[in-house]
Amino acid sequence: MAVEVRIPTILRKHTGGEKAVPADGDTVRDLLGDLDRRYPGIAGQLLTEDGSLHRFVNVYVNDEDVRFLGALDAKLADGDVVAILPAVAGGG
Amino acid sequence: MLRIDDDQYQALVAHARAEYPNEACALLAGRDGSAERVYALPNAEASPTFYVVEPKAQLRAMTEMDDLGLDLVGIFHSHVATEAYPSRTDVELAAYPDAVYLILSLADQDAPVLRAFRIRDGRVDEVELERRTAGVAG
Repeated sequence: MAVEVRIPTILRKHTGGEKAVPADGDTVRDLLGDLDRRYPGIAGQLLTEDGSLHRFVNVYVNDEDVRFLGALDAKLADGDVVAILPAVAGGG
Repeated sequence: MLRIDDDQYQALVAHARAEYPNEACALLAGRDGSAERVYALPNAEASPTFYVVEPKAQLRAMTEMDDLGLDLVGIFHSHVATEAYPSRTDVELAAYPDAVYLILSLADQDAPVLRAFRIRDGRVDEVELERRTAGVAG
């Protein structure tokens, strides 16, 4: 499935400054794999060592948080828009 | 440097007090170092020592900023018992190098302290915060 992936500022160093890039995948997991083939190293910023989505990275499919869509198993369709946003988090 | 209006400042203090004893969080949208809008957003953690802006609310606010042609100029949160300075967690999780991080300390509830910082690559630099009085021509 061909989808558009919106890339946050902090990850644009991987995409040559591109704000949005095309990528393919039937699931979010496949998509991130494809993204990492196109832009090596980017998946390492999004996934933990055991391959799950990093707690402080939000991924949305058509504005829905993928944690409510099956996380990395969330299905994708042609024309979907996937957005990646670092969580806004901290604490003191 | 970041400029905020006095009514924006009052809105941030009111939000922090309303969420007390938990940490409050907000995003500030604007341009050229001036805040134009405050998005007071839910803390998904509802914790006195931790905050995560609720992810869907974060996306909605950021999409609206994009649509309005505004930038994310500030990221606000409150510290309910500690000083207005980034904690180790604040530094580790700072993912927006272009935004100014504003921290409001409510350690003395009668005298809130608001300070502003850049947090980039693990480094903290305080930045000037200018509070403008609304309604004064200038």
